[in-house]
Amino acid sequence: MDVPTMAELTAKGESPEVLFWVGCAGSFDDRAKRVTKAFVKILNAVGVKFAVLGTEETCTGDPARRAGNEFLFQMQAMSNIQVLNGYQVKKIVTACPHCFNTIKNEYPELGGTYEVIHHSTFLQQLINDGKIKLSEGGSFKGRKITYHDSCYLGRANNIYEAPRSVLEALDADLVEMKKCRTTGLCCGAGGAQMFKEPEKGKKDINVARTEDALSTGATTIAVACPFCMTMMTDGVKNKEKESSVAVKDLAELIAEAQGL
Amino acid sequence: MVIVQQILFLVVLGVAGFFIRKRLLRISSNIRLGKEQKVSGPTSERVKNVLLVAFGQRKMFKRLVPAFFHFLIYAGFLIINLEVLEFVIDGVFGTHRIFAPYLGAFYNLLMNLFEALAIAVLVACVVFLIRRNVIKIERFESAEMTQWPRLDANLILTIEIVLMVAILTMNATDQLLQTGNDHYVSTGSLFFSSYLMPAFQGFNTETLVFIERFAWWFHIVGILGFTLYVTYSKHLHIFLAFVNTYVAKLEPKGHINNMPVVTNEVKSMLGLTTEAPQAQATPGRFGAKDVNDLTQHNLIAAYACTECGRCTSECPANLTGKKLSPRKIMMDTRDRMEEVGNSIARGGPGLQDGKTLLGDYITREEINACTSCNACVEACPVLINPLEIILELRRYVSMEESGAPAQWNSMFQNIETSFAPWKFSSSDRFNWAKDEK
Repeated sequence: MDVPTMAELTAKGESPEVLFWVGCAGSFDDRAKRVTKAFVKILNAVGVKFAVLGTEETCTGDPARRAGNEFLFQMQAMSNIQVLNGYQVKKIVTACPHCFNTIKNEYPELGGTYEVIHHSTFLQQLINDGKIKLSEGGSFKGRKITYHDSCYLGRANNIYEAPRSVLEALDADLVEMKKCRTTGLCCGAGGAQMFKEPEKGKKDINVARTEDALSTGATTIAVACPFCMTMMTDGVKNKEKESSVAVKDLAELIAEAQGL
Repeated sequence: MVIVQQILFLVVLGVAGFFIRKRLLRISSNIRLGKEQKVSGPTSERVKNVLLVAFGQRKMFKRLVPAFFHFLIYAGFLIINLEVLEFVIDGVFGTHRIFAPYLGAFYNLLMNLFEALAIAVLVACVVFLIRRNVIKIERFESAEMTQWPRLDANLILTIEIVLMVAILTMNATDQLLQTGNDHYVSTGSLFFSSYLMPAFQGFNTETLVFIERFAWWFHIVGILGFTLYVTYSKHLHIFLAFVNTYVAKLEPKGHINNMPVVTNEVKSMLGLTTEAPQAQATPGRFGAKDVNDLTQHNLIAAYACTECGRCTSECPANLTGKKLSPRKIMMDTRDRMEEVGNSIARGGPGLQDGKTLLGDYITREEINACTSCNACVEACPVLINPLEIILELRRYVSMEESGAPAQWNSMFQNIETSFAPWKFSSSDRFNWAKDEK
């Protein structure tokens, strides 16, 4: 797989159009890695000149900050900002809404100001610019897809339409859950919940949200966040629906439609 | 007789004014327990929020039924209270319906409008009582809706109904007295209260005067008393909601407030600054353990909360049976603030009473359950942000107590040692690109 790093490009005296911030989940989590690769395939197919930080990338600090460890967050943030500023990065795309939110909204106060785009918006732009061409009546025709809003895209940053217009471009049958957009129910992973067991309660949040999704009758649950991916996938397994319902990231769906 | 009433009125006005002022000063000093915070961002945005969200009730209309009835009460409150001006002038100068002769037909129109609004308020209050006590809407039944919050809500609605009945009774008897009595200026026919007139027909003039005066006094004393009550009640939102929409944060909801103290230390640790970290005069706490660690904006928000529970009804943790309830976070903050304020006023220990917001009011189990999803912030019709308080409490637990849940401490360690929240070697971070497909 052709994945140039910032170090390589800089050594050649080049700079990319955009830095792809992969994120920890995208780098280490097996399921999320497939999303990372799907997105790279799209970037390569479209011919976007991009680069990644590779081993120079580290956690943005999002879970540390939300779990209350401000020191650790700022240590991470400052060292990432040093690396990004060192490479004179201007534009960043990421498939993780948590990385997106942190770099976009929280790094500027610490000296890191970049144009930050989530991959849902990036894909939408590629489709609008005609760089990704999706033929009508493709393999998605008539497939029922429901989109689960990521809190860190939606409420946190008011991005509700970009992911939906990507799915509409697939010519699929987009069905909404009752709780969607501003009232979308969290998958249960945000605020560093991803990294600990939930508190005692009647039900796990991801199971509740999966029930919402399943009740639409969709056979594909589209997500735009690696944490939502984990939570919804676990939820589908919990409901023993993994043979009939797939959880897919937007990038995977586009890559699939493109035959990549 | 008139002079006695005038003196009595001035006394009532003075006493009410004294207690209301005292209470407002207390609320203001309670808010000043919190850390000072400047508003940031463009003023035009803030004014827009006040006009659209508070004045225009925009976020209320996400739920149409309560929004509609709430709007009736809100409009009634704003408009009917214009009449209080006449009440006060009449009360002080011993006049009766002083504006009536000057305004003529317009006065009749105004009174009819007030009556229509009074009926609307009455209906809305009855609907709300039914929603709370008969239908038992789920968000009014949560764990934090203990005796006082329930009573408070029912009292407010009942008082408003009684006040409206007083207006209508006053107008009905007044109309009966207008025939053959110079003191009672003609108001013209008042549509709604004229339906009450048959009930008082046949009463002699003295009785009618007594009822009219009683209703007048009841209404104005009721309003003054209610104003004082409001300052002790969740109903304070009628004033503080406006303030809160003005001070509410303008950044995207995903943004968490920075801690500049930490920035200074981290910069010097990383050798990014030549300045030594400034020694603070009073080394503040990291995060919040008690109300004085929160900002004044947080405390204003606590007073602006009217316990409607939209936040809690959208909270994923609460919906799945966890103890966290964003409404309770706001109620606890206000209750603790009141407790500290009252203690200080009595010359008591105040903040040093051995209790704290975290622990005695809000438990770790509650704050740990938050997914920071912003559903509560989105749901609040008056831009209250319970998430900010939750995160400040978490900061205290994590940084001052090192008391975060064990799995979070492991996550912290992983980030420190392998720069990812999971225990993977940082040198393997780019391995995904080497995979076959």
